[in-house]
Amino acid sequence: MSEFEPKIVAFFCNWCTFTAADLAGTSRLSYPPNLKIIRVMCSGMVDPKFVLKAFLNGADGVLIGGCWPGDCHYINGNMKARRRVALVTELLKQFGIGEERFWLRWIAASEGNMLKEVADEMTAKLKQLGPSPLQNKGQMVV
Amino acid sequence: MAKFAKLSFKKDELNKELSGFFKGMLENGAVNAVLAPMAQAKKGVRLSLVTSAAHTAQVDPFAPVAAVSGAKIASSLTARPSGRKVAMVLRPCEIRAVVELVKLKQVNLDDVLLIGMDCLGRYENTDFAKFQEQGGTSESFLENAQAGKTGMGDFDLIGACKICEFPAAENVDMRLCAIGSGSDSVFIEAVTSKGEEALEKSGLKTGESPAGRDDAVKKLVATRTEARDKKFTEYRAETNTFEALSDKLSACINCYNCRVACPVCYCKECVFVTDTFRHNGDQFMMWADKDGILKMPNDTLFYHLTRITHMSLFCVGCGQCTSACPNDIDLMPLFRTSADKTQARFNYQAGRSVDEEQPMAGFKSDELVEVTGQVK
Repeated sequence: MSEFEPKIVAFFCNWCTFTAADLAGTSRLSYPPNLKIIRVMCSGMVDPKFVLKAFLNGADGVLIGGCWPGDCHYINGNMKARRRVALVTELLKQFGIGEERFWLRWIAASEGNMLKEVADEMTAKLKQLGPSPLQNKGQMVV
Repeated sequence: MAKFAKLSFKKDELNKELSGFFKGMLENGAVNAVLAPMAQAKKGVRLSLVTSAAHTAQVDPFAPVAAVSGAKIASSLTARPSGRKVAMVLRPCEIRAVVELVKLKQVNLDDVLLIGMDCLGRYENTDFAKFQEQGGTSESFLENAQAGKTGMGDFDLIGACKICEFPAAENVDMRLCAIGSGSDSVFIEAVTSKGEEALEKSGLKTGESPAGRDDAVKKLVATRTEARDKKFTEYRAETNTFEALSDKLSACINCYNCRVACPVCYCKECVFVTDTFRHNGDQFMMWADKDGILKMPNDTLFYHLTRITHMSLFCVGCGQCTSACPNDIDLMPLFRTSADKTQARFNYQAGRSVDEEQPMAGFKSDELVEVTGQVK
């Protein structure tokens, strides 16, 4: 049997983390193809609904990438994202999606290598954890 | 120092004595209107807005029923203020919801004299009708409930009230005290200076305080807290996976009654009725293709989880969601267990104080470092 390949939905902020992904690419760094990157204007615009919908549709992990505190292009969007992530984590935890599946990371535009590290780390962690408990629940009331 | 006025009453005359108090406040201009539970012409008790002293005779604040949350009514009356002073007699859960709505600028307390009643719980609407048919009155309820006898025949208090640890109201101008006040009297307590002024104008004499009240309230809170913790443990064990949760919600028909009834579901227009969720046919087909089957209407679990992200920080545990469900889904424990976790994360308690900022309304640069675990 082939190895389990986790599906990670990654919301990357346009100004820092997405640019870091760009830099990782132009620097010829390779990172796992498990990340499905969605470019958003700010980590602060990632609505809890986006995260919930990703998990309900079978994502094994969700990664939100934003600018470091103080570096937000919109001044404080990332700070709002952090509170929201704490809130959604509390909710997901109750029903069996632990914080190891839902990450928020600060990755600056210059940190292409950190993007690679985070992508490697999360993919490895999820491979170890196995598929999301929400996989293949076609009969479930979602 | 709190001021108390004792209202002694003869058998079956509790509401008569109380109506005298409200009548006095209206006639002496302490307020221009009273919003309080009032006996309806034939049967039932509903919140009513009274501007004529003649109608205060129908007042029945301790009736164990709340057809809708009074916090929503308070919002209708004050979000765009009338400029007239109104006394609002509400339950502790309704008042805690009012506190949250004040922060959301959906209630304005400027012209409001807030009166909180001691609450021993309520029945579902249909059960309250039976209660009245069987001759139940507010007096009999107060007496029996304090003796621990809340059930009658085949019905009992709603689940939310059995685990509610807030039988006495805070953040009010006045309190109607019935817990531990004896079977032939209730007390009216003036808490703020606004309350003291109104109590003075009502014409009642202030005097002794209810000696047994504090202990009786404490005892009730302890019993309820124990019941709450037990319920939380049970419910969490029953819903520790998404699959188990979806089983609990399997009867849901996406009618959204729970959010209509919810006093702290604050959006003017719920996202679930906007174009965001008005999909094209091919979108549904695509979703169905994924697993070969799609339950319709879809997005049931998604709706409830989204509602939790929106309102759990403000959930006051009033149980109106459960009461509103046409398919008898007991939603209250879902929202209360979630609220317990989310409010604890932000050291927040819904309805505790008007001055506490709602967690999603702000941020600090040096907080919640554990979320990312990164330090520069």
